[in-house]
Amino acid sequence: MPTVSVGRDRLFAALGRSYTQEEFEDLCFSFGIELDDVTTEKAIISKEKHLEEDKPSADDEIIYKIEVPANRYDLLCLEGLAQALRIFNGQEKIPRYTVAEISKESMLKMHVKKETSLIRPFVVCAVLRGITFDEASYNSFIDLQDKLHQNICRKRMLVAIGTHDLDTLQGPFTYEALPPPEINFVPLKQVKNFRADELMEFYKSDLKLKKFLHIIENSSVFPVIYDHNRTVLSLPPIINGAHSAITLKTKNVFIECTATDLTKAKIVLNTMVTTFSTYCKRKFEVEPVEVISFDGNSSVFPDLSEYNMEVPLSYITGSIGVPLEVDEVTNLLKRMQLNAEKAGSGASSISVSVPPTRSDILHPCDVMEDVAIAYGYNNIPKRKLSSLKPLPLNQLSDLIRSEISMNGFTEVLTWILCSKKENFEMLNRKDDKSTAVIIGNPRSCDFEVVRTSLMPGMLKTVGHNKDHPKPIKIYEVGDVVLLDDKKDVGASNRCLLAALYCGASSGFELIHSLVDRIMEVMGTSFVPVPDKSGYFIELSDEPEFLLGRQAKIIYKGKRIGIFGIVHPEVLTERLYGPYGCLLCCLLNKRVDRIGCSFYLAT
Amino acid sequence: MAEDAILGYLAAAEEIPDSGQFASQHGLHHSDIVNVIKSLHGFRYIDAQDIKRESWVLTDEGKKYAAEGSPEVQLFLAVPQEGSISKDELQKKLEPSVFKIGCSQAGKNKWVDMGKQVSRKVQHVEDKVKDLLIRVQNGEEIGKDDVNSLKARKLIVAQTWKGYSVRKGPNYAPKRKKVATDLTRENLQRGDWKELEFKEYNFNAKGPPSESGHLHPLLKVKQQFKNIFVQMGFEEMPTNNFVESSFWNFDALFQPQQHPARDSHDTFFLEAPSTTRELPEDYVELVKRVHESGGYGSRGYMYDWKREEANKNLLRTHTTAVSTRMLYALAKQPFAPKRYFSIDRVFRNESVDRTHLAEFHQIEGLVCDRKLTLGDLIGVLDDFFSRLGMSKLRFKPAYNPYTEPSMEIFSYHEGLKKWVEIGNSGMFRPEMLLPMGFPEDVRVIAWGLSLERPTMILYGIDNIRDLFGHKVDLSLIKRNPICRLGIN
Repeated sequence: MPTVSVGRDRLFAALGRSYTQEEFEDLCFSFGIELDDVTTEKAIISKEKHLEEDKPSADDEIIYKIEVPANRYDLLCLEGLAQALRIFNGQEKIPRYTVAEISKESMLKMHVKKETSLIRPFVVCAVLRGITFDEASYNSFIDLQDKLHQNICRKRMLVAIGTHDLDTLQGPFTYEALPPPEINFVPLKQVKNFRADELMEFYKSDLKLKKFLHIIENSSVFPVIYDHNRTVLSLPPIINGAHSAITLKTKNVFIECTATDLTKAKIVLNTMVTTFSTYCKRKFEVEPVEVISFDGNSSVFPDLSEYNMEVPLSYITGSIGVPLEVDEVTNLLKRMQLNAEKAGSGASSISVSVPPTRSDILHPCDVMEDVAIAYGYNNIPKRKLSSLKPLPLNQLSDLIRSEISMNGFTEVLTWILCSKKENFEMLNRKDDKSTAVIIGNPRSCDFEVVRTSLMPGMLKTVGHNKDHPKPIKIYEVGDVVLLDDKKDVGASNRCLLAALYCGASSGFELIHSLVDRIMEVMGTSFVPVPDKSGYFIELSDEPEFLLGRQAKIIYKGKRIGIFGIVHPEVLTERLYGPYGCLLCCLLNKRVDRIGCSFYLAT
Repeated sequence: MAEDAILGYLAAAEEIPDSGQFASQHGLHHSDIVNVIKSLHGFRYIDAQDIKRESWVLTDEGKKYAAEGSPEVQLFLAVPQEGSISKDELQKKLEPSVFKIGCSQAGKNKWVDMGKQVSRKVQHVEDKVKDLLIRVQNGEEIGKDDVNSLKARKLIVAQTWKGYSVRKGPNYAPKRKKVATDLTRENLQRGDWKELEFKEYNFNAKGPPSESGHLHPLLKVKQQFKNIFVQMGFEEMPTNNFVESSFWNFDALFQPQQHPARDSHDTFFLEAPSTTRELPEDYVELVKRVHESGGYGSRGYMYDWKREEANKNLLRTHTTAVSTRMLYALAKQPFAPKRYFSIDRVFRNESVDRTHLAEFHQIEGLVCDRKLTLGDLIGVLDDFFSRLGMSKLRFKPAYNPYTEPSMEIFSYHEGLKKWVEIGNSGMFRPEMLLPMGFPEDVRVIAWGLSLERPTMILYGIDNIRDLFGHKVDLSLIKRNPICRLGIN
């Protein structure tokens, strides 16, 4: 997106008030431009020269670098920008640009020769009469040409602008294309005469101009504009002649735009003349020039007519999603420099006249957008499309399951129901009646209680896979049920995680690694005791694990899990011999507090 | 032996005050004693306290003189008792370094006359330096002045001696029990696990690194984005076509042929295959017309549209090229609403720096339905971004050739305390949709963002090359946590 540099104080003066930076940023944001950088002339120069940046002193002029949309050529200089914002703020009405009414005979003429079609076929022109420049507006005039050349003119490929002091010239003008050796003139900023082919050679070392040479370099003829006295106005798209150079004192400016794309040439010309007609004696009036083609066709430029578009109200309100009346819409459009009124016909329709400054308006959708911008994007009520939200707890447990699988553990899926003996006695635990949900009418002793840990299922799985090659590494993420006074039914589910290693040694270290890995993928860090910002490991004392061979995981001060070597009595004497390691972890509902009761066993 | 000595000694005595003395009393090496103390301390058989002492040890030169005598005495002895010896003769009898140092020291001591001829000035000397060195070697104390003079001659250096004082620990026993490091199958089979005493675990250290596979952080984030789209009822578009024609990448999107994005500065054009073989001709005709002269209520761009430009192949600069193909196919069917998404690679001819790569991933979502409004767009963006934890959004008018209205999406970043641009959105222009054949009231709202930028913000990475590409540190991939985007 193009960036325009404007002096802050001049801008505020043009806006009729000053803003804090934040206020101005908000204004930009709602209008759709952006304050990109705040700097000073000095800082820009030292940056260009790669010098150390001096501290800006108070009297340096503050410069705002403002990003504007790539299709808004009318905003490429201070004059256009300030005018657009004044109108947006309702401080000013939309100007009506007019073409001066002069007779065909007294109109300046530009004759186009046939050969120009070989290289650069189009030219459009206009005159700004009775202009008064000051230093700032003069610089702005030069800068705007530069910005246009960089953007819509595609580095002068499509369009090149020449501006001249009309009082040094005499019409009619001719636009010709001649073999380079036949063109001879003193170019801008030079004192001696150059032949066009020599000039091209000369500019090969000119940093600014050399990048435009390729546009005509290989052509047998070069485009050139002469006045009645064969004074060269310009060698487009490279350089103007020195003779007609404009100065601060210039009163009458002749503007010519040569092009390979006529539409863009007209836009460029209109942008130049509408923007700077504000400094003319007759404000917003431009003097036309007749361009006469070699085949006799004649056209008068600039074409400042307004483009009329009829837009149904329903299209605007139906696209934005806000009910608006006709006069609300027309008022909003006026803030965007679009004159609008209720269309004559009975149906609710709006007749929009697009001024020559708004070449970006192609379709009613562009008008609709301007209504939305003036209304304020952020004032539009949102409408929700249908969508679903999954359960975070289950999403998280799915992610943890794949992490554990990637650690080489195989997932098992065991039953929720088990015998009382399996849930308590076989784990060296006593049923104190405070934890487990008891089934009233079990069909067999296998279904007496709802499990309170994943251990019975894990151990039974190993017991029934005695012939499976060792080591065995399995895990399960699943729910248990605990008695819970806070629940209406008196019981609630918990999601737990358990992992088990079974091999010739305990595998304690392996399970310890898994604990670390799970904590790592949950984004928690290992901390020294008793730091509460992460997790640490401490010796624990649970009956299903061997004394001194078990540990609890403390996360943010809370025990979230336990791992250890399963007590040999649990293994050999009651359950399914010989060894294994079990780890179990509860996923809390609050996923940032993942964790709880890791068990580990041999 | 050392262990028995220590544990045995403590059976009767309260304390071993100095492990150094203890070692020499028992004829043991101090280093052996130290190792045993450390091990016993670890199992709490004993409590050991560090003790430190400054002591002096001989340098290599000092050791040499302690054995052979000081150079000045060696020189003195080489001078005959009577008469004299020529200096050259004397030099031949001694090592060069001994001669040099000997001359200066013996001269300083006024033991000899140093001239061309050397003769004794006294008849008898004592080798005090040698004696002092031997005393230092034996660990005996010597006077301060002597220390300084030996130090000055670099014959001794200071050394810190470390040892322990030792008392009984909580687990003290006169004999150490055998400790096991792990419970094994054999222990269980023999049944001796009941008698086992285990070495304590050290929980101050993490477990050994796990043997695990790891997914790439960026693709983990991509997966979460996919999940979010699927939850919102979006269907994934087939994006496995990096090579695209300018027509589908630009022209069909109503992007004019002189648009700067179509410059070779921004887009990778192809040498082979340089052009596309076929395009849907009747649709191409409609696209050409809408660019040149508009229609469908539009003025068009009013320029000469060139087929050669549209035929040029490129690496797609956005996945919207795919969206365009999908919408074109959709418009061929009787109308049915659709929600599409894609997350895949796009290419830009940019110079690579901290925030730019020549290729990156674009996330794109679009909704195609009758009578959609800007309110729907704002609503769907609000839903999408609030699932990412960004619920504070605002929208800025913007320009994009194929959307109108266009909105840049900003989110308030709590960490940075400012509004950050997080994506772009808009309604596709009628000039893009109507030539495809959609009914007039069908609108398409769409938004796009890069996958890399939110990922960089999420993980606090400020150089894109640390996240994506061959320069990425593998340990970053390994350490990377589960992506909880959309899970809260």
